[in-house]
Amino acid sequence: MATLAARLRRWRRSEGAQGLLLVSPTLLYALLLLAAPLATIVAFSFWSQDYLTIDRSFTLENYREAWTEPLFRELMLRSLAISGAVTMVTVILAFPIAYFVSFHVAPERKALWIFLITIPFWTSYLIRVFLWKVILGYNGVLNSGLLGLGIIDEPLTFILYNANAVVITLAHAWAPFAILPIFVALEKIDRSLLEASRDLGETTVTTFLRVTLPLAMPGVVAAVLIVFIPTIGDYVTPRLVGGPNGLMIANMIQVQFMKLNNAPLGATLALSAMLIVGAISILFLWLNRRFLKVRQ
Amino acid sequence: MKRSGWLGIYAVAYLVFLYAPVVLLPLFAFNDATIIAFPLSGFTTEWFAQLATIEALHDSVINSLYIAVSTAILATCFGVFAARASSRYDFPAKRGIMGFIMIPMVLPEIIIAVALLVVLLQLGIALSAWTVILGHVLLCTPFSIAILNSAFLAMDRSLEEAAYDLGETRWSAFRLITLPLVMPGIVSSLLISFTISLDEFIIAFFLTGNEPTLPVYLWSQLRFPQKIPVVMALGTILLAASLILLTTAEYFRRRGVARTGAKDTGGFL
Repeated sequence: MATLAARLRRWRRSEGAQGLLLVSPTLLYALLLLAAPLATIVAFSFWSQDYLTIDRSFTLENYREAWTEPLFRELMLRSLAISGAVTMVTVILAFPIAYFVSFHVAPERKALWIFLITIPFWTSYLIRVFLWKVILGYNGVLNSGLLGLGIIDEPLTFILYNANAVVITLAHAWAPFAILPIFVALEKIDRSLLEASRDLGETTVTTFLRVTLPLAMPGVVAAVLIVFIPTIGDYVTPRLVGGPNGLMIANMIQVQFMKLNNAPLGATLALSAMLIVGAISILFLWLNRRFLKVRQ
Repeated sequence: MKRSGWLGIYAVAYLVFLYAPVVLLPLFAFNDATIIAFPLSGFTTEWFAQLATIEALHDSVINSLYIAVSTAILATCFGVFAARASSRYDFPAKRGIMGFIMIPMVLPEIIIAVALLVVLLQLGIALSAWTVILGHVLLCTPFSIAILNSAFLAMDRSLEEAAYDLGETRWSAFRLITLPLVMPGIVSSLLISFTISLDEFIIAFFLTGNEPTLPVYLWSQLRFPQKIPVVMALGTILLAASLILLTTAEYFRRRGVARTGAKDTGGFL
């Protein structure tokens, strides 16, 4: 016993114990307010609700409904399609700008450029989404501008109250989250590698494809995940600019919780969305590791 | 610098895309028409004057400020603990623990919102400003850790060791040496958490009781077309306020970088 107590005392003075002690308030908070609530909605997804009373007997009925009901299935597939499109558009548009700032802007002005890129995103998210409605609307800024310039004869209608509008608005909203990780990855590239590649006879284009791009891939992969995972749960954008055919799974989750008093089904839909997004993300990471040898 | 022509043009076009909605905000806030559309019809400050008369708006602003200040302080405290632990110590399951704490950064906010809502309702806790704060602290802590982590890592550890050698205790060395050196990081973490909390909608939408936060109040107003110009005026004020806050945060961050003698790599995140 004495040796055990001594060992314990020694352990308490060790670096590991001190680190754990220091991280414990934050960890405890995350356990109480993240892990426990997540575990609760997992439990809820196996229960059922009749108006306000929760029936705690185990059932898979919620999962059957969430996965087979045509409405839910359509919303889920549409949410995935929109998130996928948003991710692709955002990352493809973000790469050149991150490349520009990293490779073509003088070092002392890089911080200023990054600051310029992030500023628009600190204005109210709700108002920003609403303003996209103003830009894309029938009498909106874009249509009146294009009409005024004589480029189109009648207002474009395919840009508001549908999935396109959701993709445009979200691609704007998530831009800095794609630019920053790619920028950080590009900044880490040792510039002498590019010189070496040029000296060994590669052209600018092949140097980019064979040296810069592979080295920047960890940033691209991070950007894809940072944009793809949260956009699946966006509620505001589909509600404001999506119209009836642009609604996503988060809107249905909100309806289940707040309007229909069906928390178990809402929990099941939320968990199903997370499971699918998680599975796709893991598959994406695995494919990158397997075929592109990307390491995070 | 050669061949940057096309990329330069693209960069400018991209900035136009990024700033398009933001530029419209003051235009419509000062526009003398209830309909938000071009052409603009004239200059007015009426919408700003109206802001002063809406009681529900004032209440929501006060409520939001209370929530944002509490969130900033709590999240930064949790951030200091976790960032100090992860930058200075090696402990068992470090990657797993830190990864778990950082999850809210990528988890869709609606998941956090519904999970907390279910638990609070089950425990019979009434929804209030404090339930929103609980959610916002969870969301802001990872951002705070990210900022503070780089502040702690940028610090030269030999300064601390020098303090120990000169007879300071762990605590007094932390207070006298470490804390002043990471202070710019703490200020910028406070400002970023404050800004995130002030603008957060989904968690507040689910967890607020009878006292809406500012974004929840705004959401209820967006349904009424005649209220939109006032919302634009409010948005303009918020834009100006967050510009001031962010410039301050950036100033402190740069000063922090200069103080620890590191190279400026730019950006908050």
